[in-house]
Amino acid sequence: MNTQDHIEQRLWDYIDGLSTPDEHSAVAALIAANREWQRKYKELLDVHQLMGSTELEAPSMRFTKNVMEEISQYQVAPATKNYINKNIIRSIGAFFLLMIGSFLFYFLRQMQWTDSPSSSRQSPYTQVLQNNLNKFNWGKILGSPYMSIFMLINVILALVLVDMYLQTLKRRSRLINK
Amino acid sequence: MNNGLTDKEVISRILLGESALFALLVERYQNYVFTLVLRFTDSREDAEEISQDIFVKSYRSLADFRGESKFSTWLYTIVRTSCITFLRKKKLDTTSIDSERTFSQLENQESGFNANTIEQKSRHAMVNEAIRLLSPDDAQVITLFYQGEQSLEEIGKIMSLEPNTVKVKLHRARHRLKDKMEKYFTQEVSELHHD
Repeated sequence: MNTQDHIEQRLWDYIDGLSTPDEHSAVAALIAANREWQRKYKELLDVHQLMGSTELEAPSMRFTKNVMEEISQYQVAPATKNYINKNIIRSIGAFFLLMIGSFLFYFLRQMQWTDSPSSSRQSPYTQVLQNNLNKFNWGKILGSPYMSIFMLINVILALVLVDMYLQTLKRRSRLINK
Repeated sequence: MNNGLTDKEVISRILLGESALFALLVERYQNYVFTLVLRFTDSREDAEEISQDIFVKSYRSLADFRGESKFSTWLYTIVRTSCITFLRKKKLDTTSIDSERTFSQLENQESGFNANTIEQKSRHAMVNEAIRLLSPDDAQVITLFYQGEQSLEEIGKIMSLEPNTVKVKLHRARHRLKDKMEKYFTQEVSELHHD
């Protein structure tokens, strides 16, 4: 930021009343003592007062009547909090967590937690895991059409979320850089 | 038409069935809404249609106004989303300066001003014309701050920005407005500084 921009920014904060008390006193002193600051302050204050005194544009004389005629066809919609009950949403979430927890509990209960006689130098935990993993027919599970549909839905949802996130970033950077 | 009722009192009574009182809110805010919408479109007919649509939307969703912010802040949020929807439908690219339409508009404006064929304008008309030369976002932040009497936090809520970002945008918008005024209204601006 060059010096002129810096002076302008400080003066705008001073004019808008957004400076801290110390900064306010410092700028006031600079305005009193420095000609360049005085000139810039007057210039910005003139613009500020001009913008503040700008008149609003008015619509046609019939505007209010048109709006009231239009709203006579409608009723005020009930507040969303009256028909979206957060307790119901929490209950649905709790139900899904319970389902997932139950499945995990069931599968863990099915696992053999004792060593098999054929174990060699592997650690007991690895042996147990291996024994239990061998029980599953992974080819059948991963190759099933349900698994394919499930993975497809997940991929689509992930892409949608990434796109939404990137759009938000793009919008923010465009607004900041304007 | 000001019965001394606050916005919240008017809204409570509308929700209890006195829908005719909505005219009071329309009268209070129609100029603000119309001016804001005009920052997004040059056509007064379009601006009036959009403004009307905004008030209808605000009436229909009045029960969702929780009173945590000013009614004007809530209303201006509807203004912004409606105007953005309108611009998307019209497929106006407000950021690009490469389009032929934009160049021809700029050329027309420049030739008009440089030829000094414009009449002596009042200061208010000069500022309004200069604001029209800004991008919709710059024009909106200036209008919300000066004419909408919104604080930086409230403007942040309306534009979904942090207050510090709003402050930076406001500074830049004012700088660009000053440049436009100096470029296109040299005579009026020099008179202003000599007053």
